[in-house]
Amino acid sequence: MSDPIPLRDEDPGDQRERRLEEIRREAEVRGELKVGGTRPAGAPFPQAGPETGYYGIPLLKEPPWTWEIPLYFFVGGAAGAAAVIGAIADYTGADRELVRHARWIAAAGSVISPGLLIADLGRPERFLAMLRVFKPQSPMSVGVWTLLGFSTGTAATAFAQFLGDRYGPSLPVRVLENAGQAASLAFGLPFSNYTGVLIGATAVPVWNRSAGDLPLHFAASGLGAAVGLLEVMGHRKSRALQALGLGAAIFETYEGFRIEGSMDRALDPLKHGTSGLITRTGGALSGPIPLLLRTASLFAGKKKSQSLRRMAAVSSIAGSLITRIAWIHAGHVSTRDWRLPLEIDRLNPADRPTLDRE
Amino acid sequence: MSVTAFLTDSTLCIGCKACEVACKEWNDVAEDGLEFSGFSYDNTGAVGASSWRHVKFVEQAPVPGFGGNAADQSWTFSSDVCKHCENAGCLEACPTGSIVRTEFGGVFIQPDVCNGCGFCVVSCPFGVVERNQKDGRAFKCTFCYDRQKVGLQPACAKACPTESIKFGEIDDLRRKAQERVEELHRRGMDDAVVYDPSETSVAGTHAMFIIRGDPRTYNLPPAPEVPTIYLKKSWTSSAVAAGLLLGGALLAFLADGDRKR
Repeated sequence: MSDPIPLRDEDPGDQRERRLEEIRREAEVRGELKVGGTRPAGAPFPQAGPETGYYGIPLLKEPPWTWEIPLYFFVGGAAGAAAVIGAIADYTGADRELVRHARWIAAAGSVISPGLLIADLGRPERFLAMLRVFKPQSPMSVGVWTLLGFSTGTAATAFAQFLGDRYGPSLPVRVLENAGQAASLAFGLPFSNYTGVLIGATAVPVWNRSAGDLPLHFAASGLGAAVGLLEVMGHRKSRALQALGLGAAIFETYEGFRIEGSMDRALDPLKHGTSGLITRTGGALSGPIPLLLRTASLFAGKKKSQSLRRMAAVSSIAGSLITRIAWIHAGHVSTRDWRLPLEIDRLNPADRPTLDRE
Repeated sequence: MSVTAFLTDSTLCIGCKACEVACKEWNDVAEDGLEFSGFSYDNTGAVGASSWRHVKFVEQAPVPGFGGNAADQSWTFSSDVCKHCENAGCLEACPTGSIVRTEFGGVFIQPDVCNGCGFCVVSCPFGVVERNQKDGRAFKCTFCYDRQKVGLQPACAKACPTESIKFGEIDDLRRKAQERVEELHRRGMDDAVVYDPSETSVAGTHAMFIIRGDPRTYNLPPAPEVPTIYLKKSWTSSAVAAGLLLGGALLAFLADGDRKR
């Protein structure tokens, strides 16, 4: 016969005893009690007021998006940057294999992205309602049309690539390839960073205070991921990719310092708690770590250099994904902070109503 | 056809919740659970997908002559609703064109067009719009568009027993709000104010409130901003990012001596 399974790690009685000791200690030290604690029945209700808000009930609603959205940000960012790399590599006559791989990444992204975007809709079967209108003032509308152009362009390029590989070059294939590539480049540029505008121009404090930085930040993140994917696919000798990877890592390092150095209380979710931990993890993997690895690879021997670049690549890819998750998570935390939209800035934590609802 | 508005006078509200009930009945809004908040008599909490009107139970430190002269609590009520902003964040953000401005000046979500993208939810500076997780679409106060269309007043205004919720032509109500506040001041309630954020980018609302004291007590933001004001900064950053990516890629590949040509 086995022992009875304990329901809790610790007897709740112990916890309550410890609490009584804590209260006694505080009374001894301060001569009074200021902790929030639990309110015994019959005690005064928490009060509404200019400093306590409406019982600390958050004014803003949390983003209703699910896991698809940060993943979409990651895939879209990498695919957009890959399309740009592929087109430029093609125009400058770089290694054909690199062009081919960049095109595949872009095409794969353009298939996955709409899938993720549609899956997140409350009514996925009504996705086409997005195509009723084009609204320049709605980043979501601009983004959907950009995605449509991007998907068409990259799909055409990849299809032409397939035809060319299989049946040899011909005029119609070359026309399709060039037109598709021009479209992927034109749409890939905004597609790789528009998601920064999408969350920047919202009522969520942590996002809109970063409205001017998010597109640049997301562009660097997407570039890091695209370069990383190409390097993982074997292009670890390309000096152009190395340079782009260094650029992305340098910008992401700068972005990390900007966030850490900011005094804006609205950016707190990027520095504290779970969301802060995710942000810092993503930041370290996208910025300083690949920067160090890439710098080291510049001075290392041939074989060592390649393995360092592979590590940098994996780090950037993971960092890019984690960074997107972090920003969405921070948005949730930000909307739960009832003080921000009410502009209640500094308040003694002990005076907070004990109503933080998850 | 005139441009209409709500004027919700919290000094007249008795907290009966007739507006909440009338709204739910007329609009067929689903119940959202019988849950006790456990900290005040307000068990609704906030407006959302299934509560288009919400009576706030504002319990404050005792203020003589304010909220019933109780010894340990001043108690006032205020019925909250979608603000129907002049510059509405949800309307600007909607990518399907589902959210429109009606001929009465209200902001209306066409339920047959909405595909539940959720972008309006994060674009509302008042936290009004919410996605119904079971249905998938976003919902909020319709300003009883169907009733206004046939010349009736919204259900909540009709059901309000103290005329705390007034409905009428917007300029008329703005004037009435001023008169009412002046009258309250004469009666010694010097802290009575009209909440109608017309100084910020929201540029006024079609749902004004008469409250006493600081709007933050009522969970009303002192300076709500429509998120479209961030667009310029954000798209500029996007253009710079695109330029840097294009220039950087060109430079990197042109400088790379490995290319075959």
